[in-house]
Amino acid sequence: MPELIAKTALDGQGALTLIGTTLAPVDLGIITSIAPFAGQVKAIDTALKPLGLSFPPPNTTAASGAARLVWTGPDQALLIGADAPDLGTAAATTDQSGGWSALRLSGARVADVMARLCPLDFRPSAFAPGQAARAQLGHMNAVFWAEKDALMILTFRSMAQTAWDECAHALTALAARAGA
Amino acid sequence: MRIAGKGLIDRDTQVSFRFNGTSYVGHRGDTLASALLANGLRVVGRSFKYHRPRGVLTAGSEEPNALVEIMEEGQQTPNTRATVQEIFDGLEARSQNHLGSLRWDLWSLNDLAAPFLSAGFYYKTFMWPRAFWEKLYEPAIRRAAGLGNLSPNADTAPYEKAWASCDLLVIGSGPTGLMAALTSARAGADVILAEEDFRMGGALLSADQVIDGQPALVWVEAALAELDSLPNVRLMTRTTVTGAYDSGVFGALERVGLHRAPDAHLPRECFWRITARRAILASGAMERPIAFPLNDRPGIMMASAVQSYLNRFGVATGRRVTLYANNDAARVTARQLMAAGVRVAAILDSRPDASAVEDCPVYLGAEVLETHGRHGLRAIQGRHTGGEFRLDTDCLAMSGGWNPTLHLTCHMNGRPKWSADLAAFVPSDGAVPGLVAAGAANGSFSTHGALSTGHAAAVQAMADLGLTAPDLALPTAEDAPYRLTPLWSVKGKHRAWLDFANDVTTKDITQAAQEGYTSVEHMKRYTTQGMAPDQGKNSNVAALALLADATGRGIPETGTTTFRPPFTPISIAALGAGGRGKTFAPQRFMTSDQASRDRGAPMIEAGLWYRPSYFPKHGETHWRDSCNREVSYVRNAVGVADVSTLGKIDIQGRDAARFLDLVYTNTFSTLPLNRVRYGLMLREDGLVLDDGTTARLGENHYLMTTTTAAAGLVMRHLDFVHQTHAADWDLRFISVTETWAQFAIAGPKARALLNSVLDQPLGDFPFMAVGPVTVGGVKARLFRISFSGEQGYEIAVPTRYGEALFRDLVARAETMGGGPYGMEALNVLRLEKGFITHAEIHGRTGAFDIGMDKMVSAKKDCIGKRMAMREGLNGPEREQLVGLRCKTEFGSGAHLFTQGTRVHRETGQGYVTSMCYSPTLGEWIGLAFVKNGRARHGEDLRLVDHMRNTDCLVTVCNPVFFDPEGGKLRA
Amino acid sequence: MRLTCPLCGPRDRREFYYYGAEDYLHRPAPDAPIEAWDDHLHLRTNLAGVIKDLWYHEGGCASWLLVTRNTITHEVLSVERVADRKGASA
Repeated sequence: MPELIAKTALDGQGALTLIGTTLAPVDLGIITSIAPFAGQVKAIDTALKPLGLSFPPPNTTAASGAARLVWTGPDQALLIGADAPDLGTAAATTDQSGGWSALRLSGARVADVMARLCPLDFRPSAFAPGQAARAQLGHMNAVFWAEKDALMILTFRSMAQTAWDECAHALTALAARAGA
Repeated sequence: MRIAGKGLIDRDTQVSFRFNGTSYVGHRGDTLASALLANGLRVVGRSFKYHRPRGVLTAGSEEPNALVEIMEEGQQTPNTRATVQEIFDGLEARSQNHLGSLRWDLWSLNDLAAPFLSAGFYYKTFMWPRAFWEKLYEPAIRRAAGLGNLSPNADTAPYEKAWASCDLLVIGSGPTGLMAALTSARAGADVILAEEDFRMGGALLSADQVIDGQPALVWVEAALAELDSLPNVRLMTRTTVTGAYDSGVFGALERVGLHRAPDAHLPRECFWRITARRAILASGAMERPIAFPLNDRPGIMMASAVQSYLNRFGVATGRRVTLYANNDAARVTARQLMAAGVRVAAILDSRPDASAVEDCPVYLGAEVLETHGRHGLRAIQGRHTGGEFRLDTDCLAMSGGWNPTLHLTCHMNGRPKWSADLAAFVPSDGAVPGLVAAGAANGSFSTHGALSTGHAAAVQAMADLGLTAPDLALPTAEDAPYRLTPLWSVKGKHRAWLDFANDVTTKDITQAAQEGYTSVEHMKRYTTQGMAPDQGKNSNVAALALLADATGRGIPETGTTTFRPPFTPISIAALGAGGRGKTFAPQRFMTSDQASRDRGAPMIEAGLWYRPSYFPKHGETHWRDSCNREVSYVRNAVGVADVSTLGKIDIQGRDAARFLDLVYTNTFSTLPLNRVRYGLMLREDGLVLDDGTTARLGENHYLMTTTTAAAGLVMRHLDFVHQTHAADWDLRFISVTETWAQFAIAGPKARALLNSVLDQPLGDFPFMAVGPVTVGGVKARLFRISFSGEQGYEIAVPTRYGEALFRDLVARAETMGGGPYGMEALNVLRLEKGFITHAEIHGRTGAFDIGMDKMVSAKKDCIGKRMAMREGLNGPEREQLVGLRCKTEFGSGAHLFTQGTRVHRETGQGYVTSMCYSPTLGEWIGLAFVKNGRARHGEDLRLVDHMRNTDCLVTVCNPVFFDPEGGKLRA
Repeated sequence: MRLTCPLCGPRDRREFYYYGAEDYLHRPAPDAPIEAWDDHLHLRTNLAGVIKDLWYHEGGCASWLLVTRNTITHEVLSVERVADRKGASA
């Protein structure tokens, strides 16, 4: 019998810290997509109650303990960090664990780094903790959400290296400005 | 030469740089132009067409003469404005546009040939002989005309792009911009203040003025200190707003590293896209030259530039300066020169009734008729109300009045309007939604006018945004009236230049008018006036005033040409930042990527994905050796391939089956549970969109597979069909491509290999079955499908286990006489079996063409059905999918002809879409589309490939070469 | 250029894929004459002025959008989700 060892896309990649800003890969663990069928949000909220969560409105995310729900599109959210409750026929669910690669960008210059990568305004005044967005990182479809002094960036697993390279490049160029 | 005690340069910091190979010293705060002038250099370049010596004309980005090449590490950046380029230690610049030295340019013979080189000369002079054009005229003209040279090397320096958002974008940081920024910043707005210069302050840096009873700079520094302290303000220097676009988007070019020695990570430039809810154009005004005879000599400059070099850079541009103007405002330059101890030879005022209060000779009603000094002005001749004069002078400061810098207001097709009072064009209201021009950019030329209109524009912008600007005392400043009498040109026996950059003279304009080019657009193109790097900033208004005069019209009727983005040139590298090399597109890697590379597999791109081409083994000298071996793994033992790149879409809901019936030509509502079916998808126009297999995992749960190439396309199509035609259906779908790593296991020993890894041995699992399995305790999905014609399976595990499973499967396969196979072998296997890919379903083929018209169900509607049935898509005239076989090599893309017919586009019978050498059949095989091909099996066609020089006979056959009955699939 | 996605808010044009005229929403009946299908797929009025066309928020929430805009002034007059239209489920 084979013994299958799990591996994340950025296995072995350490954090990069420059000008008080840190880019680091994050293993989000289990991820489930939840897509409520018409008229089923109430039933889903009931099922999510034990997790301390409810289905998120557009462009938002909420966390409770280790579990997080983030809106990812019309009638669609990702449940991260917790096993999905049994939703019966109220929602379509799929396992998305490992399908996404996550980067955490934190510190003083998050918005300036992101200004090189995405047209969205990621300054805290425009993208406060609790907000989420579907947008692109470079040319890659991505999911973003804001935490206190940090931004989470989810891209497809297969593009994890490009996502890392582009974020690291933007941060390095900013640091060169500061250093010059 | 420098003047002690003047200027804003840092006299304590010396900067050394080189120009044309000679070392010079300047100071921090100098531009290349100011440093060259301080060092007494007057000739800095040669003109475009006549190769006349030229000096610095302006002190801004509109400079038409002082264009230089900046040299660094194998790179040379041409047409850099010396008036914008800051000096730094190690800067290396050289003049451009001359053959031999700058002083003795051999091309200056053109100047003697000037009578033949006027507007449209190449249309007339070089008419014949025709053959001379390509070989002689054009190369010679191209070499002699034109500006700087590009480096032959690719630019590898870093560039950057970035986005910014704000409530208010203020363009320009002179008195107008600073006042607008202060007002709106205090109102709490999110403000960006963008300044082209490396220092904020605009005209106040150059004009020795008083604001609120103190030197203007005190007020500037206080304003900047306040703005800098506010969190809602972003100050951007060295940033030229280059364009105004739809929806409040502005383009801006920031010079990030051009004023420093190169650094590996520091961008040279950053191209910004700024989204602003409101914008204030506070870009000031540009002084305009006077087209008098021989007005292009080094030492003849704009009066405002002379003032700027004096006050900002502490440089006297001459020892005996003459002022030539048609307005009151320019007099300040003469007064300030005298105050600084520079001798003013005379003030020449074109107006007979102007005042004469200065402490120097003042000639009224004056005209300059001739100038002397080939490599720098020595003397001028002219006349005034009192007679003729000759003056020894080495610098002539000219001012023909001012043009508001309104270019951005024209970027969305707005036309400026003529102001007779100002003898200038002013912006039209609302030309760019959300943008207003204020200060000199809107024709308010006094400092008081700038401050008050900047303030008013900001108050209005704040009101638009729902913010209240706090009361703010307007600083006191000069409010001199702007008095001028238009003076566009002075007639004389010598040439008078309008467009210095393109060597266009007043004669060219009148000649264009005489030859019938009376429309301003025609005149521009015929004379090339306004088409140089400065885009006519110095010459447009005067040129059309002359055209108006020559055609007996007024200026408003003559109209203007359009100012389009960019305001100043933008390097392509900045526009394309982030799109070079591997940053051009994301790279997608499969979980097996490292394992494949470890085995030396060359990776090839498949869309954004990287897939192994083949897995070389020791002793193999050609990729086909490896490919043949890998094919034999699958045909004789077992092969393993990563097929994770195929799109996977999870579809659920009570209407999932109904939806699949709509998007596929065939029926999926009848697909039994735990079974897979091949499906064909059409576009609404009846041509094939994609194909793939879809599995039924539950009563209301399907898993669709798309091709690698069309995964995104199919998702978009499904979203479209869902949202437009089935929005209220009970249906949800999502991509799970990235969730599963999927491996094909194919060959006679496939089942044995599978059984060695599955936790439970495989029971009855017929062809086209699907079901859950476990591998080492990990939940997996198993599909019995084949893209090779052999007994085949695909096993999918969560991606985090992908690499481990791939390595394990490959190692086991090798112990069974098999191993991994790459894209080359995969292609051979599918061709032997006659399976199509997007080489065949390339957007021009219908279901009939690929022999799948029977798959379009007659019992139901589907996307594309009606149009697939249309006339012309279903008959013998269509090119139909066939197989080809041949004993010799041929290539895809080759064309096919009936033997004995002429090889011509019109006689073509079809073309080859895919080919390979089949080790199984021992010959070359391919797929092709041939007219009425299904009725022509057995016919020999002539194959012609002009690209590869192939001309041979091929035999048309059934496209399924291997196991046409499919017995092996089902084994 | 920017478009305001009803779900995601104002976004840069690069997030959107342009598809074509609103006509694509009005799929003829399966048995409609071939001319109706030809009109549906191929014939456009090509107005200068206010038009409605379809865009896909490909780089965002994957909504198909009906955009009303003026091709002369470039003004975007409205953006609505195709799925939310009245009678969308025709």
